[in-house]
Amino acid sequence: MSSLDMKQSSRRDFIKISAQAAAFLAIGFDSLANGTGVKVKKMPHEPHIGVEINPYVLINESGKVTLFNARPDMGQGTSQSIPMLIAEELEVRLDQVEIVTSDGSDKFGSQMSGGSSSVSTRYLPMRTVGAAVKEMLIQAAANQWKVPVSACYAKEGRVYQKNKSISLGYGELVASAAKLPVPKNPTLKNPADFTQIGKSIPRPEVPSKVNGTAIFGMDVVIPGMLYASVAHAPSIHAKVKSYQGEKAIASPGVKFVLKTERKMPHASTEAVAVLADSYYSALKGKRLLDIQWESAEAETMNTDKYFNQLHEAGKSSGFEYKESLKGDVEQAFSSAKQVLEASYQTPFLAHAAMEPENATVYVQDGKVEVWAPVQGPDSLVTELAAYLGLKKEQVKINVTFLGGAFGRKAYYDYVLEAAHLSKQINAPVKVVWTREDDIQQGPFRPGMLSVLKGSLDAQGIVTGFEHKMNGASILNQVFKVPLGNAPDPWAEEGINLHDSPYAFPNRRNSFSLISTQIPILWWRSVYASNNLFGQESFIDELAHAAKKDPLEFRLELLKDSPRFVAVLKKLGELSHYQQLKAQGKSIGIAIARSFSSICAHAILVEKQGAGVTIKKVYSVIDCGVAINPRNIKAQVQSNITMGLTAAIKNEITVVNGQTQQSNFHDYAVLRQGEIPEMEIFVMMNNEAPGGVGEPGLPPVAPALCNAVFLATGKRVRKLPFDISQVS
Amino acid sequence: MGKYSIKLNGKKHLVDVASDTPLLWVIRDEIGMTGTKFGCGMGLCGACTILLNGKPIRSCSTPISTIKPEDKLVSIEGISSNTSHPVQLAWIQEQVPQCGYCQSGQILAVASLLESNPNPTDADIDTALAGNICRCGTYQEMRKAIHSAAKSMQVNPKTKSK
Ligand code: FES
Ligand code: FES
Repeated sequence: MSSLDMKQSSRRDFIKISAQAAAFLAIGFDSLANGTGVKVKKMPHEPHIGVEINPYVLINESGKVTLFNARPDMGQGTSQSIPMLIAEELEVRLDQVEIVTSDGSDKFGSQMSGGSSSVSTRYLPMRTVGAAVKEMLIQAAANQWKVPVSACYAKEGRVYQKNKSISLGYGELVASAAKLPVPKNPTLKNPADFTQIGKSIPRPEVPSKVNGTAIFGMDVVIPGMLYASVAHAPSIHAKVKSYQGEKAIASPGVKFVLKTERKMPHASTEAVAVLADSYYSALKGKRLLDIQWESAEAETMNTDKYFNQLHEAGKSSGFEYKESLKGDVEQAFSSAKQVLEASYQTPFLAHAAMEPENATVYVQDGKVEVWAPVQGPDSLVTELAAYLGLKKEQVKINVTFLGGAFGRKAYYDYVLEAAHLSKQINAPVKVVWTREDDIQQGPFRPGMLSVLKGSLDAQGIVTGFEHKMNGASILNQVFKVPLGNAPDPWAEEGINLHDSPYAFPNRRNSFSLISTQIPILWWRSVYASNNLFGQESFIDELAHAAKKDPLEFRLELLKDSPRFVAVLKKLGELSHYQQLKAQGKSIGIAIARSFSSICAHAILVEKQGAGVTIKKVYSVIDCGVAINPRNIKAQVQSNITMGLTAAIKNEITVVNGQTQQSNFHDYAVLRQGEIPEMEIFVMMNNEAPGGVGEPGLPPVAPALCNAVFLATGKRVRKLPFDISQVS
Repeated sequence: MGKYSIKLNGKKHLVDVASDTPLLWVIRDEIGMTGTKFGCGMGLCGACTILLNGKPIRSCSTPISTIKPEDKLVSIEGISSNTSHPVQLAWIQEQVPQCGYCQSGQILAVASLLESNPNPTDADIDTALAGNICRCGTYQEMRKAIHSAAKSMQVNPKTKSK
């Protein structure tokens, strides 16, 4: 996926001057409502006027620079990291520019925040964009001064003549610069000369997030809009047999009670919406609805039954991943000194971002405008155009800040729901899900089962290693890709040969598909969050069976992968691993590569009563070139917290179609007093940048459970587990 | 429906809403201040935290009818006029927010804590913030920022309250 994305982006990112280069172009939030007197009240809506040198850079004659960020910010920091790549080469400081999130239109190319791919796929394309524009501005200045380009340089939005005190601002140069040919191969800066990349510069949007002015989807107000609260089926999938809305419609503030639909990629379900002039009136109206559902089929959905099927499937071999196949595992197992087998189960999980799903949509004749927290405005344009039978050019997306997402806000059922309602009443509609909707309706991270088998020779060297993944396929359910007799390529994330270079002479990975109607989706770090729990726990089991130290055991198996070795050695140092081990302390480790970055954790626990307490988490991450080291640490902390929550708090269970959890009382997340101390180290190198938003998560649960084993002798093979009562 | 007078951030507002309307929705939908967030609607997450006479309350679970006209309500918009409250400054200094959605509630809970306890221990912090979830996991940075805000308020007591 990443190399494909790279190819596409370099093709898209060719620098082009728009036809009327010297003319002023206005792009941005030109509300659909223009001409009808309706205005966007709370979105940044001033038209962006200036010379559009390429889709990402807009400079006007007063020197104002606008940079477009085509990676929505859900808290991972892309509203800084992506524009910074342009700014570094363009020689402007980030606090001199305005940053605007792209609107989904084709000219920006791929605009999806996901797969921790934002920086890794944009690192060179975005820098090239900035460098090309800078070269044009310098050329324009050189022409005006009649001096060679080599006598000029750019800094902080101005072009200077060397050794002279004359300079011209970018605004003064932009009109003539835009008439120049675009350099085909602009020179990129030497990383040693970076003034912003790698510097932990404060993120520009932070002040707006401490004074209440940052606008999230939840905060969008469009004049004339109605608020909608939707009664979704308790069993997720259902038809509305009949409903009585009289009491709701009589309730103060309620304007409409409408049957509607929730369109998911794999199914459509019916629902009833109450629309009112305030959100609370809509919510109250919803409570007065009386709905009879038809959901017999959905009522057969049970997570217990699903896991039974997984365990059944795990007994036979699934479809093997050909690229990861090495040697002959069966042969290795039959001639081994010791053979170990174990199964590891991971649960369904809800994303539970702090900001519940919401969207404001205005469908009018031949056009639609959206204001919403979404991860990929371009994919939403495609989906919404198809849903409403419009052309892509008729769809306009205004991306707000996202109050967390973790994958959920790349699934647009909530936006389509608002569109369906707006279309029915010809007015803007803001749909706001409750926390109960968020936790009960899915999509969820699929529960999975890893069945592992490994063999050791007399010296305790691994001779064979098999990992059988069993469970649902996101590719199949959400993207409707038939798998046939092939494994799901995404489900091997984190354990394929590239991600997991353990030197096993014989190796086999396979996948068995167990389909479900329970809506599923990627959840922070996707299948790596499932796979690595099994893989890194089982490596630990093998180490103990071989009577070797788990850190040494991994170092030996990874000795041909220098970046892994460096991370493990650093982790050993950072955590005082040897000393702690010598003192008999319980410190568990795990390492994983996912989304092109390597992250390892060492977790120190102490026995307490029948369980353990987590004393400290040490982490080392190698994500290649570090754009903002401080933000990288923050993302690792974030992943540790989410990974621990997933390991020791609640799971999602479905009984007869109904999700059993509903809000933060029974789907708990870690709170301030439950957070262990953390110490994080970011490796500094010049490797290609990898992901940061997810790679910290997969090694959390196995590192914890490996420590629990040391402290209690109990091997945790099923998540979540009760840390106060390990049995 | 009924008419209620409330004082938010030093300003009087007259609103005409049902008596059970939670303050959260009065502040967001009627008064139009959106810094106070909706997270759970059940008093479980703290995203909707505001101050009632200096003490943090969950506005999602506080009906407007329980508020007296003389009660002083403060939302994130009222904590300082120019993002200058020591807690806000410490939050910027430590770059606490990730998605930012929970932060209005966190900041108000901390501002109230430091008013009554200028030098909180880690245990005090745990207790004071037990009701405020951060799904992004900014807890460590918050703790650092709280200690540094406490320090700056001791050095500079005048900035303590406005
Ligand atoms: S929204 Fe009030 S506590 Fe969660
Ligand atoms: S910063 Fe995102 S929930 Fe706290």
